[in-house]
Amino acid sequence: MPRLTPLNAAHKKLGGRLVDFAGWELPVQYSGLVAEHEAVRTKAGLFDVSHMGEIEFKGAGALEAANRLITNDLARISDGQAIYSGLLNPSGGFVDDIVAYRFSPEHIFICVNASNREKDFAWMHEHARGVKPVDRSDEFAQIAVQGPKAFGIVQRLCPKPLEGVGTYRFTTGPVAGVDCIISRTGYTGEDGFELYCAPDGAEKLWFALLEEGKGDGIVPAGLGCRDSLRTEMKYALYGNDIDDLHTPLEAGLGWIVKLDKAEFIGKDALVKQKAAGVTRKLIGFELTEAGVPRAHYPILKDGQKVGEATSGTMGPTVKKAIGIGYVPTALAAEGSTFHVEIRGRPAAAKVVKTPFHTRG
Amino acid sequence: MANGEYPKDLKYTKDHEWAKKSGAAVQIGVTFHAQDALGSVVYVELPKVGTAVTAGAQFGVIESTKAVSELYAPLTGKVVKVNDAVVANPSLVNEAPYAAGWLIEIEPSASAEWDALLDADSYTRLLG
Repeated sequence: MPRLTPLNAAHKKLGGRLVDFAGWELPVQYSGLVAEHEAVRTKAGLFDVSHMGEIEFKGAGALEAANRLITNDLARISDGQAIYSGLLNPSGGFVDDIVAYRFSPEHIFICVNASNREKDFAWMHEHARGVKPVDRSDEFAQIAVQGPKAFGIVQRLCPKPLEGVGTYRFTTGPVAGVDCIISRTGYTGEDGFELYCAPDGAEKLWFALLEEGKGDGIVPAGLGCRDSLRTEMKYALYGNDIDDLHTPLEAGLGWIVKLDKAEFIGKDALVKQKAAGVTRKLIGFELTEAGVPRAHYPILKDGQKVGEATSGTMGPTVKKAIGIGYVPTALAAEGSTFHVEIRGRPAAAKVVKTPFHTRG
Repeated sequence: MANGEYPKDLKYTKDHEWAKKSGAAVQIGVTFHAQDALGSVVYVELPKVGTAVTAGAQFGVIESTKAVSELYAPLTGKVVKVNDAVVANPSLVNEAPYAAGWLIEIEPSASAEWDALLDADSYTRLLG
């Protein structure tokens, strides 16, 4: 039996099409993927992301303990800021990609992928020095409000002024009377918030946001458009675009790696890889012939398999068949051409600038 | 589901294709249920005119934003017409699955197969 989020009854009531995702029953769509995708790009969409995990480091030395596990640097940000980061194995491959919130040097809160929650917690517990992590996933629901209208909707329900809560900043306070961590983050490429609250407040918060956003055209949105939205931004999806065999340098995520940090797991491997130069890179491409690229389709050059697509779809906003994949470094420059094998037929593709979509 | 979503004059397969007699030929498409389950159709790959198709065997591919699905021929025969409009504008499958969203026309070679197809009531029962 899949696990249910605190919003399961709400999804059923709203006609969400429920599927099993990473062991959770979640809506893949409500009204339709493309309509929801467009609503997020132009108005606002509401996502249940309660399946995500939350792991906390608390106490003297919390920052140092968490910082040793991740590639980005919690010492460089201020309290009230969050950072996207890799959690790596000693070979430099991803255990997971995470967002770390700095409440204070004594309190670090980490959001992890649902599918990796148990693995991440075990990994962190085994490797953390000093402060040990606590898995608080069951104490949090999470609702993402995304889209150009998201800010106004959340602000109208929150007595605290939120203008100062810039991108990758967060605060705490009531939204619709429900205590939340109010985080200006997301996975869609649009402005918006991710709201963490206690499970018993989730339904109240969800319906209050829907009601408040009605005039703005807010819609409940499913995992289907969450994936197409993030693909248009070339945001990595763990298990597709990044995994334990690929490093942040290969994934084009060098910006989340702070090699001048004293120590973190995976650093030595990345220092070596950087010095030697990466042999493959994660790039964005579009098809120049008919077809739709999908994960695991072979990437061919001169008839030989040289790489593999890791994600792909028909981008509802960019209106192109777009994909993400690893190619040899020699083929990674914008404008490079290759073929993607679709059911045995090679379709021409070229490397393009990413994100595919730029906020208009 | 409303009756209109599964017209009585069509035949159906358990793979969610429909078939409709059109003179000597049979027009083929996917059902309301199929397009609804797929979501927004963004790509269809159809055989060329003249291709032989076999009842129950794959004849093409239909893709939505999120997934790839195979198309199975309801009848054995030869493709005599392909809906180029749906290739150019795959969303026709969602907008009008029994009309502008048809996929191919075939000339059937085994007339007994037609009677083995499901009628609207049987298909609706199959959907539950």
